Amino acid sequence: MSIPTATAVDTKIRIRGLSKTFTVPGGHVVTALEDFDLDVPQGQFLTLVGPSGCGKTTFLRMLAGLETPSAGTIEVNRGTAGRPENSMVFQGDSIFPWMSVWQNAAYGLSVRGVAKAEIKETVGHYLDATGLTKFADTFPHQLSGGMRQRVSIARAFANDPEILLMDEPFSALDEQNKTLLQAELLRIWDETRKTVVFITHSVDEAVTLSDRIMVMSAQPGRAKAFIDVPFDRPRDVLQLRHQPEYGEIVYDIWSQLKEEVEKAKQQADERVISSKRGLFRR
Amino acid sequence: MSATVEIAKVPPVVRAAKQVKQRRSVSKRTLRVVSVMSPLVILVTWELLSRVGVLDARFFPAPTLVFRALWDEARTGDLWTQSQHSLSRLMIGFVVGAVPGIVVGVVAGLSRVVNAAVRPIISGLYPVPKSAIFPLFLLFFGFGENTIWYFVATGVFFPVVINTYSGVANVAQIFYDVAENFGARRGRVFWSVALPGAMPSIITGVELGAGMGLIMLAIAEMLGGVGNGWGYMVWNSYQLFRIESMYAYLLVFALVGMLLALIVGLVGRRVTPWIARH
Ligand SMILES: Nc1ncnc2c1ncn2[C@@H]1O[C@H](COP(=O)(O)OP(=O)(O)OP(=O)(O)O)[C@@H](O)[C@H]1O
Ligand SMILES: [Mg+2]
Repeated sequence: MSIPTATAVDTKIRIRGLSKTFTVPGGHVVTALEDFDLDVPQGQFLTLVGPSGCGKTTFLRMLAGLETPSAGTIEVNRGTAGRPENSMVFQGDSIFPWMSVWQNAAYGLSVRGVAKAEIKETVGHYLDATGLTKFADTFPHQLSGGMRQRVSIARAFANDPEILLMDEPFSALDEQNKTLLQAELLRIWDETRKTVVFITHSVDEAVTLSDRIMVMSAQPGRAKAFIDVPFDRPRDVLQLRHQPEYGEIVYDIWSQLKEEVEKAKQQADERVISSKRGLFRR
Repeated sequence: MSATVEIAKVPPVVRAAKQVKQRRSVSKRTLRVVSVMSPLVILVTWELLSRVGVLDARFFPAPTLVFRALWDEARTGDLWTQSQHSLSRLMIGFVVGAVPGIVVGVVAGLSRVVNAAVRPIISGLYPVPKSAIFPLFLLFFGFGENTIWYFVATGVFFPVVINTYSGVANVAQIFYDVAENFGARRGRVFWSVALPGAMPSIITGVELGAGMGLIMLAIAEMLGGVGNGWGYMVWNSYQLFRIESMYAYLLVFALVGMLLALIVGLVGRRVTPWIARH
């Protein structure tokens, strides 16, 4: 398998030989990622798909600096000084319940000590873009799951990072809201053209949003295949699905993914059997 | 033919629906009336039994006499003098107990080293009945105000430190991850994540601490030889067999306890506006 590399100048993220192992209670070692290579060009919308447990979140957390690699390197080409390197939209509920929508969205900026007027403008803009302006003073418990997810997205975008990391940001949403938010995300992304690393289990979502899709192998996670998505931008979420290539790309990804999902299922079954054996030995 | 007769006899469904509706609309008011009535019923019964002599009026003076005694205490200014002593002890003891309780609880919740150091001490001391250590306080600090402050503070400290610690320790890891990802440093993590995340639990601790403080105050004023305060008045009235006045000060304790719970509840709601309430 060859890694499509961009020219050195354009490479935003360069990953070589990345591995991550966890030691779980009982001394058992889990290899989440093994010998993982990847180049992400500046401004690319890259999406990771792969079976559950293949190490997608682990990879993103290492990119974010929340987890240290067991081996290998992650190199990030920094841009202008003063901007944060990355901001993450976390898997699951992650906005602060004790802050209003506004305070949540402004979090990164106020941590960095950005001037009040600038915070006001930026946060106002992204609350507007995510349709949350009316809820600026609302606390999260009064919001629907979809709205909370939008706050999380506004928080990451308002921080204006060089790289945006999004871990299944729409997975908890119903189909209609998901489609709407995908459209919103495309629109906001078109404004900024940030480098994005996005995780999803939805092949449709991956094809709709991305420039390039990486299919990961079952545990331990590796890059199994890369698929380029050639559609022009700006894209229209609904029209896209009528394009003749759309179905082909979806089929292509599915056939790559299917193998790995089956492998992951087999691994899980084996784990059950071996733990049962362990029971008999005891 | 017999079938139609039977159908006619069966009560219609409408009746069931009516019943449900009635029960619901009545129940709210009934509940309020019941909770006002039940103490009143007890007081009136007590009054009657005491008046007719079923209850020994020497030990169970009629509630009207107790209120009368309380009124006398208030009129002569005694109630006010005693309350000044007790309230200042309670407040000083509360602050001296609650502030270190919150600080130690937060630090132990954030630092595993501090937690390892503090935990065995607290869990070793906590089970000792607080009233049993009063003589120790007398040994250390002698008879006087200091003893009472520190004794009250000790009672307040434990519930506050334990609840604060568990509040901080139970803030979901994801919020710390978010703070780290957005570049928050220690101070910011404390103010924006640990403290607000733990706040509901801290309030619970303060609520329990305030109640404990009142217990400690009563014990200390009875045994601490200060010669004033609500606790002293209860004990002194007992010894002088002024039972109405004893009940009057017990009533003061009850009212102060209720007031404390009310204040902590109000302040608690103020500082946690994000919690859903019905
Ligand atoms: N902190 C941890 N300690 C031990 N094992 C972990 C830890 N975090 C992740 N793992 C393991 O590493 C593997 C990869 O986990 P990860 O969360 O990255 O998967 P994922 O691809 O994001 O899955 P999903 O699609 O279900 O979110 C799993 O086997 C998981 O059990
Ligand atoms: Mg994941």
